[in-house]
Amino acid sequence: MGNYYIPAKYLLSHIVDAEIIIPPFITAKTVELGSKYSPDFVCTPFKYTLGTMIESLEQGASILIQFGGGCRYGYYSELQEQILKDLGYKFELLNLITNGKANIKRIYKMIKRIDKKFNIIKGLYYLYITKNMVKYMDKIDDYVRKNIGFEVNKNSFDNLNKEMLDRFSKVNNPINLYVLYKKYFRKFKKINIKKPKKCLKVGVIGELYTLMEPFSNYYLEKELASFNIEIKRFTNVNYLLFKNKKTIKKALKKSKKYMKYKMGADASSNIYWTKYLCDKKYDGIIHIKSSFCTPEIGSMPIIDKIASNYNVPIIYFSFDANTSEVGIKTRLEAFYDMIEMRRQ
Amino acid sequence: MKIGLPKGLYYYYCKKWIYFFEELGVEVVSFDTNKEILELGNTIATSEMCLSLKIFLGHVAYLKDKCDYILIPKLNYGIKNQMCSNFDCLYDLCNNLLDVKILTFDSKKEIKNFIKIGKELGFKRNQIKKAYLKSSIIYNKELKKLKLENINKLNSSNKKILLVGHSYNIRDKYLNEIIDIIKKYDVEIIYSDLFDDDYYFYLSKDLYWKYSKKNVSSVMYCKEKVDGIVFFTAFPCGLDSLVNELVMRKIDKPYLNLVIDDLDSLAGMETRIESFVDIIEQA
Repeated sequence: MGNYYIPAKYLLSHIVDAEIIIPPFITAKTVELGSKYSPDFVCTPFKYTLGTMIESLEQGASILIQFGGGCRYGYYSELQEQILKDLGYKFELLNLITNGKANIKRIYKMIKRIDKKFNIIKGLYYLYITKNMVKYMDKIDDYVRKNIGFEVNKNSFDNLNKEMLDRFSKVNNPINLYVLYKKYFRKFKKINIKKPKKCLKVGVIGELYTLMEPFSNYYLEKELASFNIEIKRFTNVNYLLFKNKKTIKKALKKSKKYMKYKMGADASSNIYWTKYLCDKKYDGIIHIKSSFCTPEIGSMPIIDKIASNYNVPIIYFSFDANTSEVGIKTRLEAFYDMIEMRRQ
Repeated sequence: MKIGLPKGLYYYYCKKWIYFFEELGVEVVSFDTNKEILELGNTIATSEMCLSLKIFLGHVAYLKDKCDYILIPKLNYGIKNQMCSNFDCLYDLCNNLLDVKILTFDSKKEIKNFIKIGKELGFKRNQIKKAYLKSSIIYNKELKKLKLENINKLNSSNKKILLVGHSYNIRDKYLNEIIDIIKKYDVEIIYSDLFDDDYYFYLSKDLYWKYSKKNVSSVMYCKEKVDGIVFFTAFPCGLDSLVNELVMRKIDKPYLNLVIDDLDSLAGMETRIESFVDIIEQA
């Protein structure tokens, strides 16, 4: 998912003595492989992850790692394991989260089996650094997203981001990491940008995987930046792993008028964010999800109602493995024209 | 006073409430699903919602002017026994989309909910407790009887088919037209929703959906005793897309996967069921 493979690789390479294979970036071939072996009406992230798994198995991986989530994402790993075994691969699949909680016992056993010299204190130490790394990455990403549409020299943000991630992956203590983060934040702020005072602002909400994996939404954020739009996105790994419960509690409190009970996955957070974006007078909202995403389908009519109450334009994108890229571009352009005309 | 119970989704898991309201002398209004209700649901629902949710919304809209309150609970059995995420948004969907008066509760503690709803309707605590106890006795008796009947079918000498599906699909009067086709043949149908969830662990360790557990354990229990399995799914059911696929990959019995969207033409289904029954009878 995006650049998050760097902290993940960092953590694993420091705590276990094993070779870590980074799967190749998702391409059309990955998606094709995944869709070929997936059930009929499963949601799209299943196809993407299955495709990635097949590709990394072909590169020689013997242990795969899968997370779990609040919707049917939690059940992915068991079916994927069966499908891959039916295809004749030999491997072990480690599911980190079961029943909504991290399965610490299972993780510990697995790590012990991979590396007998595993030291738990060392593991916790690097886990702490990784946690901070993700936090800093998300903070910088948030700044980048707001300003990348207005850069004077092309790719200056991207290049600096790459340089920063490269330096991040070589640190070995938390203080060092913090110093680096501060240094690069200053550098990011020094990048030349040409930002008008009243630029267009758009909030991006929706289902987590499609939001965070740039290939699966056809680089929608890049496309938006090319229109000179400031982008606000809430979903990131820091939110998913550490702030999820807090946000949902806050969401239920702040948007009482529209929702009473907690909904599956990020649906309740999305409803709250819609209200937040409307309150802050954003020019438009973009809702992205993969097709057949059940929690989001349930929340969409409510989001629609809030947006129409506040009179804020909203557009829905539903991505599947074979959505046409051109169609999405056209709709996005039309949406941009519309919000620009409303501004005037 | 009239209370509307929409006959979809949660209805089949909250049958105790019907007896409860009867004991209290409150009139219960609910209709069987028909074409009108499905079409009404189609106009309210978005295109990607599953068929069962469309039917449910249709029911609520249909009941709108025919009763004083509509009961829409949030079923919540903890994190290890989750419901489909559609169940979580039922109340908020109906509250936002349709202008109806709703009675609601979060189903964590059973007796508390009965008392809460009873008080909202203006009954006294004693009355409510009495009605609750009576309704539980009637409900438990009936459930026991149905379960026994269902398991006894396994001893029959006819060919046996296990029908795997969620209660709100296999018990729905309108979707039942497809099951009626199977009934025409000389086979016993065993329903998966009348089993306990004791055996799912042998097939899947991580399973966390309450009612999928029942389906999987019914398959594990009946695997050797039945001649064929029919999976009955509404399009696009999130749970069944994963769980049924896993079950199909792990068992070695003849099976038929019926996915229903709209009931416009039954001819295709009829042919598939006919050929499936042929396979079973020859085996």
